[in-house]
Amino acid sequence: MSNIVVDKSKVPWWVSNVIVPLVNLTLALLVSGLFVFIAGENPIEAVKLIIYGSFGYIQGFAYTLYYTTNFIFTGLAFAVAFHCRLFNIGGEGQAYIGGLGVFLVAINLSFLPVPIVWLLAIFGAFLFGAAWAYIPAYLQSKRGSHVVITTIMFNFIASSLMIFLLVDVIRDTNQMAPHTVKLPEEIWLPSFEAFSGILGVKIRYSPLNLTFLLAIASLFFVWFLVWKTKWGYEMRAVGHNTQAAIYAGISPHKNIIIAMCISGGLAGLLGVNEILGVSHKIQAGFPAGYGFTGIAVALMGRNHPIGILPAAFLFGILYQGGSEVTFEMPNITRYMFVAVQGLIILFSGALENLFRPQIESFFVRRLNREVNA
Amino acid sequence: MVSPILELTDINKSFGHVQANKNINLKINKGTIHGIIGENGAGKSTLMSIVFGLYQANSGSIKINGKEINLRSPRDSIINGIGMVHQHFMLVENFTVLENIILGFEGETVFGEKLQKAKEDLEKLCKTYNFNIDLDATISDLSVGFRQRVEILKSLYRGAEILILDEPTGVLTPQEVDELFKILRSLKDEGKTIVLITHKLIEIMDLTSEVSVMRQGEMVGHTKTEDTSKEQLAEMMVGRSVLLRVDKKEIKKGETIFKVNNLSVKDDLDVTRVKDVNLEICSGEILGIAGVTGNGQTELLEALSGIRKVESGNIELFGEKISDQNNFLNPRMLKEKGLAHVPEDRQRMGLISDFKAHENLIFGYHDQEPYSKSAILNNKEITEYSNKVMQEYDVRPNSPNLITSNFSGGNQQKIILSRELNENPKVLLVGQPTRGVDIGAIEFIHQRLIDMRDKGAAILLASVELDEILSLSDRIIVMFDGKIVGEKENKNVTDRELGLLMAGVA
Repeated sequence: MSNIVVDKSKVPWWVSNVIVPLVNLTLALLVSGLFVFIAGENPIEAVKLIIYGSFGYIQGFAYTLYYTTNFIFTGLAFAVAFHCRLFNIGGEGQAYIGGLGVFLVAINLSFLPVPIVWLLAIFGAFLFGAAWAYIPAYLQSKRGSHVVITTIMFNFIASSLMIFLLVDVIRDTNQMAPHTVKLPEEIWLPSFEAFSGILGVKIRYSPLNLTFLLAIASLFFVWFLVWKTKWGYEMRAVGHNTQAAIYAGISPHKNIIIAMCISGGLAGLLGVNEILGVSHKIQAGFPAGYGFTGIAVALMGRNHPIGILPAAFLFGILYQGGSEVTFEMPNITRYMFVAVQGLIILFSGALENLFRPQIESFFVRRLNREVNA
Repeated sequence: MVSPILELTDINKSFGHVQANKNINLKINKGTIHGIIGENGAGKSTLMSIVFGLYQANSGSIKINGKEINLRSPRDSIINGIGMVHQHFMLVENFTVLENIILGFEGETVFGEKLQKAKEDLEKLCKTYNFNIDLDATISDLSVGFRQRVEILKSLYRGAEILILDEPTGVLTPQEVDELFKILRSLKDEGKTIVLITHKLIEIMDLTSEVSVMRQGEMVGHTKTEDTSKEQLAEMMVGRSVLLRVDKKEIKKGETIFKVNNLSVKDDLDVTRVKDVNLEICSGEILGIAGVTGNGQTELLEALSGIRKVESGNIELFGEKISDQNNFLNPRMLKEKGLAHVPEDRQRMGLISDFKAHENLIFGYHDQEPYSKSAILNNKEITEYSNKVMQEYDVRPNSPNLITSNFSGGNQQKIILSRELNENPKVLLVGQPTRGVDIGAIEFIHQRLIDMRDKGAAILLASVELDEILSLSDRIIVMFDGKIVGEKENKNVTDRELGLLMAGVA
């Protein structure tokens, strides 16, 4: 029985928050490299392709940041609920419904001045996402139905509801595919091409748009909310110890609902990026798994905005670089990269504590020696 | 001379920077009850965990019957005849007594002969030591006292010659303590060796023949129990002399400010735990509630502090009805009216152990100025305030940014106390203020409560420590089975009188 007992208060913050995640990530990538090797390709070449694809040329980098934007939203969504110890697995559905919110606001209010339409559309995305999360939150707080179960169900309900709407209610009737008409061009969010033109760089197309700044602002918003306001304080209190929260006069019901609604709202903002920024219409299945990957982003980022930013960026690199690899290497399919993501989740989430005690005790001993010397 | 059954030489053990055991030497003779006493965090439990093989010492040697042995796991210790009963029992709740005892030592894949044999052996053991346990009972149906017996029986069945008990009485009622002591004495008479870890002086004096005192990781003394006194041991434990009785001024009773009328309260399982209770507290008075754990004190305090619904009856504060069966004020509103509450169970209710100390210091007051303004927390104010109160209440270490679970029990309790007393409440509800707290802190906490009383607060004190009730209260009520069965002015009341009331016989 090898029991390593580490005095947690002696572990420097950078060991547990930087070194340990990096070790886990490296391991995940090593194992992924092994898969690539087994598939008959050179792992080093694959890494080169990933780096080239995501950083090597400006358009690729723009794509990386576009994916990063989506992951920031869904990662933050999961993190906020998690601080109240709620596992919101429903980011996918909340994002889907959030998209509906953006579209309905934007198309119905397009006569207003453009910046106001944007603000209202962002608000609409947040509100619809929040409303979709409200129902599971209510069921959890009043009836004790576990949010993990209900949010998963609500993903399916959201998907069916949207298909119904896209086929029978809001479909662009001039064609057969399940998507809506495009929004009027004046209210599209300015894309990166427009900016790059000003900077003197000419690129063909990129999905990166102003929403990226909204994502960065959301990082600040979540940090401020969770650690600097009494609402965040109360949410964390309920999450850590519900009994104690009741003792202090903090209502668990209220805070479960607040946390879930903010979480759902943040997931809903993904709709702003996809609809106001990129495709300008609702297409069936546009959240495309970002909601689920957001869980991994949040876990890897230790549910803190400072961690979520690099984690989201890393997944952005994998998405963009990965598509480059599948394009260049015939033996590597898109699903290989799903497996890579899976490995990252496995190592940084499920096997989080595999090496943590050893690494922490190693550093504690090292630092002690320095102090004593 | 015969070599001692257990001998420790120069044991050292550290966790990170903290040295929990420094050069410990200890000899324990066969057939004795040996007490190890010390404050919380003195290193008693760590030392015994080393003996039981849960931790490995950094250096030092362990000898059993003069033979040096290497203990790498509890299994090694069990083979060498060492058994340990932990503070928190290690039993599978939905297994029977028999199943729990043979767990890990079944000896056969399909139960048959060996199980039968084990049962017979156990029945014999039970008879020898008067255990009175039904081997086929399920653990979850047993009271805490019986569960502890199962643990002892488990160790004996596995061949323990040395039995280590870590704070065995912390969870027991006085009657159960008596029963336990009877069992321990009969074990000693049969030649077993018992090591008793505790911070209660009375138990040492009652039960042991030899005692070793630990302080801050070091062994500060060994003595025969008959050669020492409670006062002397207490002094060795804390390193200075302590007052075991509190100095208290004559009571200056004001008007009645808190009143409970015909109150009944149900617990979570819908069982009525508080039955038709009436009480009044005046300003400048401490009303003590004595009683064995589980006689409704918990539910009473929870109802009075706005955590639990009132079933019938009502509660009045300054003549204003604050709770009855139809509506009750929540804890936050009660705080605004000047009612503070130090809950019985600090881990479960009083604190959030994962929060930093400064976050716990404003817990429940976090939405009041100056700690927060229009929903935004004011970190500067909170840190300043935390530094100030942590100094005032001598919370060690004085670091507001440390996670609360890293503080010892006594210091956690000081954090709660400072928070609840800081607003100068008019009514203070206190449950088990010194449970699991070391002597130095007990003295401090008692003094603070007396100061509050002298300032004119009305204090309701519930405690299972009779000593505490007797030394602090001006008036004492006794609860039994949810009812108030007696009320006494605290003048010439004896332990015996109260004990009989608590047992429900008087």
